[in-house]
Amino acid sequence: MKKTMNGMLAGVALGALTAPAAWAEDLVIFWAEWDPANYLQELANEYEEETGISVTVETTPWADFQTKAFTEFNARGSAYDMIVGDSQWLGAASEGGHYVDLTEFFDANNLGEVMAPATVKYYAEYPGNSGTYWAVPAEGDAVGWSYRKDWFEDPAEMTAFKEKYGYDLAPPATWAQLTDIAEFFHRPDENRYGIAIYTDNSYDAMVMGVENAIFSYGADLGNFETYEVDGYVNSPKAVAALENYKKLYGYTPPGWAKTFFVENNQAITEGLVAMSMNYFAFFPALLNEATNPHAANTGFFANPAGPDGDQFAALGGQGISVVKYSENQEESMKFLEWFIKDETQKRWAELGGYTASAAVLESEEFRKATPYNEAFYQTMFKVKDFWAVPEFAELLTSANQRLYPFIIGDQGSAQETLDALAADWKETFKKYGRGQ
Amino acid sequence: MPSEVMTRLDPKSHAAAKGMSDLSIRNLFIVPTIVFLIVFNIFPLLYSLGYSFTDFRASTNAPANFVGLQNYRELLNDPFIWKNFSITAKYVLISVTGQVIVGFGLAMLLNRSIPAKGLITTLLLLPMMLSMAVVGLFWKLLYDPNFGIINYFLGLGKFEWLADPDMALYAIAIVDIWMWAPFVMLLSLAGLSAVPKHLYEAAEIDRAGSFYTFFRITLPLVAPILMIAIIFRTMEAFKTFDLAYVLSSQPNTELIAIRLYKMAFQEWQTGMSSAFAYIVLIMVVAITNIYVKYLNKVKAR
Repeated sequence: MKKTMNGMLAGVALGALTAPAAWAEDLVIFWAEWDPANYLQELANEYEEETGISVTVETTPWADFQTKAFTEFNARGSAYDMIVGDSQWLGAASEGGHYVDLTEFFDANNLGEVMAPATVKYYAEYPGNSGTYWAVPAEGDAVGWSYRKDWFEDPAEMTAFKEKYGYDLAPPATWAQLTDIAEFFHRPDENRYGIAIYTDNSYDAMVMGVENAIFSYGADLGNFETYEVDGYVNSPKAVAALENYKKLYGYTPPGWAKTFFVENNQAITEGLVAMSMNYFAFFPALLNEATNPHAANTGFFANPAGPDGDQFAALGGQGISVVKYSENQEESMKFLEWFIKDETQKRWAELGGYTASAAVLESEEFRKATPYNEAFYQTMFKVKDFWAVPEFAELLTSANQRLYPFIIGDQGSAQETLDALAADWKETFKKYGRGQ
Repeated sequence: MPSEVMTRLDPKSHAAAKGMSDLSIRNLFIVPTIVFLIVFNIFPLLYSLGYSFTDFRASTNAPANFVGLQNYRELLNDPFIWKNFSITAKYVLISVTGQVIVGFGLAMLLNRSIPAKGLITTLLLLPMMLSMAVVGLFWKLLYDPNFGIINYFLGLGKFEWLADPDMALYAIAIVDIWMWAPFVMLLSLAGLSAVPKHLYEAAEIDRAGSFYTFFRITLPLVAPILMIAIIFRTMEAFKTFDLAYVLSSQPNTELIAIRLYKMAFQEWQTGMSSAFAYIVLIMVVAITNIYVKYLNKVKAR
């Protein structure tokens, strides 16, 4: 008994001693489990070839990503040297002291100009307009749309559409057209539906979807400097946007009540819908014949404009930050120095990563590389994001609690929903002593 | 002395040969358990009680400030929290009632000599041996309005089990009933087989009807063991997280455990969620106490 106990204890102790030692040479980057993380691993392998320092990209499913990252931060753990964190985390992670301040690095390398302005503003800087930077923009991303070209280009459909709506059937330029087309193609009897949108009310899925409407309708979530929300998120424009989003829900396939990027790509691959909202990061899979039988007939367009011509899209994407508790901060900085080089960024884009480098984005080569790169390039210069304050998750919870019952449950009116949301947000900001 | 009531150690045993006394053997078994319990249960329990009176957030370096009962006040004044509680109560009621009816019914059917009884019982027990998350994932496929086989067999067309806000909670409860009715069945079967046969014979001689026999003999005698099943299932249903989390994200299916998880690990409101956990703890203890009182009453009869 005693012997076994001793043996076990020795085993545990040995494990504890050797585990960190074995990894001390390596750099570990933590990210969510998706294709771009695989591309980053490929890129990192090239870094290893050049320098001999191996970099491992460790991943976890999206649903756990925030929880797992912050659990590690809160425990002041050194498991990860760098993290490709969500844009909304900037406030929580910088104020919590979990990220290394990269302002000096940023200024020394003139990253404010090297990277596209929107990516610097939303992936790196916190608080807004402070000139303090916490991350290097890595994976640019925003919401765009995919559509079925063969349905849109079918002569019979085109004639029928023109007859009904009085204009030509083409990828929509406005939200009104988007809604018309969704209505037109919504034919439950034929197992064909109009549109796929985000409706999952956990974390930020549905909120990102609604944001596309709100921003393009010319409304905002609030004033990011004064934290005023009344008159912004419940403005008449925002109300009209939310009404439109709810209308779109009526043209989704049955059971479309907990959907995010996986389901929205499936809607296209299964041939269910005419148009589907999704992050650009998920579009490579739609061009792959192996994963999408309709690959040859799938087209892409940027988030359409609202009634007043405003055109914005909800921002996704992430920047790489150095974790404060990492034991390899110096090595991590060297990796970042390599990562921001023009040729690395070009290679990153070739591998499938969505670079944030302005020069690469603007190059003809990049814009013509895939059918969606042009839409991505256009979108990345007109993106807006959710609040990045440390209590963003509470703001998301209120948004989910208010928006979901209206959109999916058909409860209350858009005005009541957004008034209630404004009141909730005001209360939260008051609790944390912001603005007012 | 406690050691005196214990059975004496056999002097010829291996342990005695090593010079161990009864007391040291007792300690060897009990002390690690107690230490484990204190370190992993009692200590966090008390520690989080302390947190529940602060505005502590685990995600920041800011020190925790004492806020008194503010967290409790805010939680109990939050209409969404009350909604979570009423959803949970509804869920517990539907799910436990369903499990008792189905489970007890199955036990009654199995409590007679039928061919392949052992095999049938084993097969019926399979659902509760599966993992909750796995059950949730495959029921999500079964319920799917586009290709799910439930709608196909019931001829319900595109009926939206999980997307319909009024139906989703029932859909989750159905899965829970499917999974845990066998547990109630198992305990009921044990209870039923313990009912003395001569009581039924006496009832037959007195020409008692089957209805009368069930309510006067079967049910009262099985009641204590059925109550134990109900206590277990109520406590489990109250804490349900994985099944509902995997199946649906409707506000109408946001059980307290899900809300608590979001508050603690997505919003990182550590102080507030500690207070919430305490409110839930007190409720579970209170409900269990009511049951235990009732159980004692039933036993006394």
